[in-house]
Amino acid sequence: MSFELETADINPENLRRVAIDPVSRVEGHGKVTLLLDENNQVHQVRLHIVEFRGFERFIQGRPYWEVPVMVQRLCGICPVSHHLAASKAMDIVVGAAQLTPTAEKMRRLMHYGQILQSHALHFFHLSSPDLLFGFDSDVAKRNIVGIAAQYPEIAKKGILLRKFGQEVIRITAGKRVHGTGSIPGGVNKSLSKDERTELLKDAYTMVAWSREAVNIIKQLHQQNPALYDTFGAFRSSFMSLVAADGSLDLYHGALRARDADGKILFDQMDYQNYDQVITEEVKPWSYMKFPFFTALGPEAGWYKVGPLARVQNCDNIPTPLAEYERREFVAYAGGKPSHATLGYHWARMIEMLFAAETIKDLLHDDDLEGTDLVLSGERQKEGVGVIEAPRGTLFHHYRVGDNDLVTMANLIVSTTNNNQAMNTAVREVAKKYLNGREITEGLLNHIEVAIRAFDPCLSCATHALGQMPLEVSLIDAEGGVISRVSKDSDGLRRLT
Amino acid sequence: MTAKIKLATVSLAGCFGCHMSFLDIDERLLTLLELVEFDRSPIDDIKHCGPCDVGLIEGGICNAENVHVLREFRKNCKTLVAVGACAVNGGLPAQRNHLDLGDILQEVYQTSLGLAPGSAIPNDPELPLPLNKVHPIHEVVKIDYFLPGCPPSADAIWKFLTDLIAGRTPALGHGLLHYD
Ligand code: SF4
Repeated sequence: MSFELETADINPENLRRVAIDPVSRVEGHGKVTLLLDENNQVHQVRLHIVEFRGFERFIQGRPYWEVPVMVQRLCGICPVSHHLAASKAMDIVVGAAQLTPTAEKMRRLMHYGQILQSHALHFFHLSSPDLLFGFDSDVAKRNIVGIAAQYPEIAKKGILLRKFGQEVIRITAGKRVHGTGSIPGGVNKSLSKDERTELLKDAYTMVAWSREAVNIIKQLHQQNPALYDTFGAFRSSFMSLVAADGSLDLYHGALRARDADGKILFDQMDYQNYDQVITEEVKPWSYMKFPFFTALGPEAGWYKVGPLARVQNCDNIPTPLAEYERREFVAYAGGKPSHATLGYHWARMIEMLFAAETIKDLLHDDDLEGTDLVLSGERQKEGVGVIEAPRGTLFHHYRVGDNDLVTMANLIVSTTNNNQAMNTAVREVAKKYLNGREITEGLLNHIEVAIRAFDPCLSCATHALGQMPLEVSLIDAEGGVISRVSKDSDGLRRLT
Repeated sequence: MTAKIKLATVSLAGCFGCHMSFLDIDERLLTLLELVEFDRSPIDDIKHCGPCDVGLIEGGICNAENVHVLREFRKNCKTLVAVGACAVNGGLPAQRNHLDLGDILQEVYQTSLGLAPGSAIPNDPELPLPLNKVHPIHEVVKIDYFLPGCPPSADAIWKFLTDLIAGRTPALGHGLLHYD
């Protein structure tokens, strides 16, 4: 099946191709292609994920305890998410679904550090130039360098918020990027008093600055609702984990989904059975799959995940300042679910505030200094680990043989869950802003603004690989052939 | 004032962790901005690399497009640096090198769990041709410096860049040189 503007309605050979390649100020490797006719009417728009890595396959045959460390290399922006989702799956495998209080709190601290640093990075370093300078502002200025020159205070706070999150990760996981703190059944370190004191010193400032960040984005919405409420907006279902009492929890919970009007589709669904509710479709033009709710089918069953889904899917946020902001958000949307693509930024900053408050509260908990770190029980053959990563619901599913080697791995990463949503957003923007106009750099950036709102992690999403219809030789610096790949061709492939 | 050093960065078959580690220089980023001007980088919207003093490459080579971008960087950058394990020797993505590409394809798109019926391997001309092995970048172009680590620490990247900018031969020394 195909959505509006997914596949050109007339012969693509008669259309002009415009590419945004690479999509920039996002993480990972992706491009957008547009096909336009002579009147610049848009006939096709696609966000392609162009890279493959093959993680699911080469994890097989590795011992299960290696997996939480290996899979982080899927993604350097949210390595903790993969580290923890894999650990949670392996908790099940080692028979330790319930961890010791120290282990669970250490992991929570690590995870909220990750949420804080990733959300800060996305808002300040990557997206704020669009929001503060304008979508078609000067390309030379539209980056963190431009922000540092014009809004030095904002840039500095952004850098320091991210730094704090990274420090929380370093102290809980051992390294800022690709740490090793979490292991099947628990963690391998707890905090010292000094480490707690050290982090607590800055924690209150981080809460205050996160509040300021919420206000920046809230004001942008309030000042220009005509743009912020409608830009790239589309209706869809949404999904996230929620805690047993329905509150927001980014580390653990059960699945809840709502339709576009906010009606519950399923709730408190045990994620060990995720494969009963989600199916993935493959399209020939992207390495990223297209998941949908099986019961509704591919046409109606796609959904969105991430901050905009989470903040509206939960019943409340368990920290006071973020809960206040959630209510403001819900009130602004008039009590109905908001499907504003730019609302992702607002929801993301509310979550950053939630993360900062949660870190501050956790740091007061003496359990972090406990020494009871690892549990194990009856060994299982299979486990699913799910976590709310910065970008949305992340699924890791493994089977492990009696010899402790992994025999099956299936991952649905957050950004994959948003694949159809992002494609729909860029098509909405193309229809509204590009149709019939002379294509300029500024107009094309509108497409990227819509993609950036989702904070896609295209790096995470590249765990598949593609076909080889032509022959390509890889030549080394001296002119020798290192590698040659070829396959029978049934279509034209652009040789770069 | 002397002209700023022009710096370009790119991620090929990497996880962006090396770029993250670069940003982990934290407040020193603001100091760096006084000394360098960014050309193509994931943090700005310059899509093609122009003439530059320094190019930092994260990630190895896993498809034809990576080769193309790497050559563009070599052509334009006076000094080209392999940053991190993936660029230096292929890194974790190279773990697929002992497997057959076709088999992985089939497994991921045709036989894995939860696929819609009729799923086939993506094959659109817009998708760059994957190579059957992941390669380190020095197999394709000449590289001037290798910065090991997965990722190299922020301090290592900082020391390296500030040495280079000051005209010294970069030297990391014991504490900063590591491979994990
Ligand atoms: S070297 Fe490590 S951190 Fe750098 S891109 Fe490769 S996996 Fe990521």
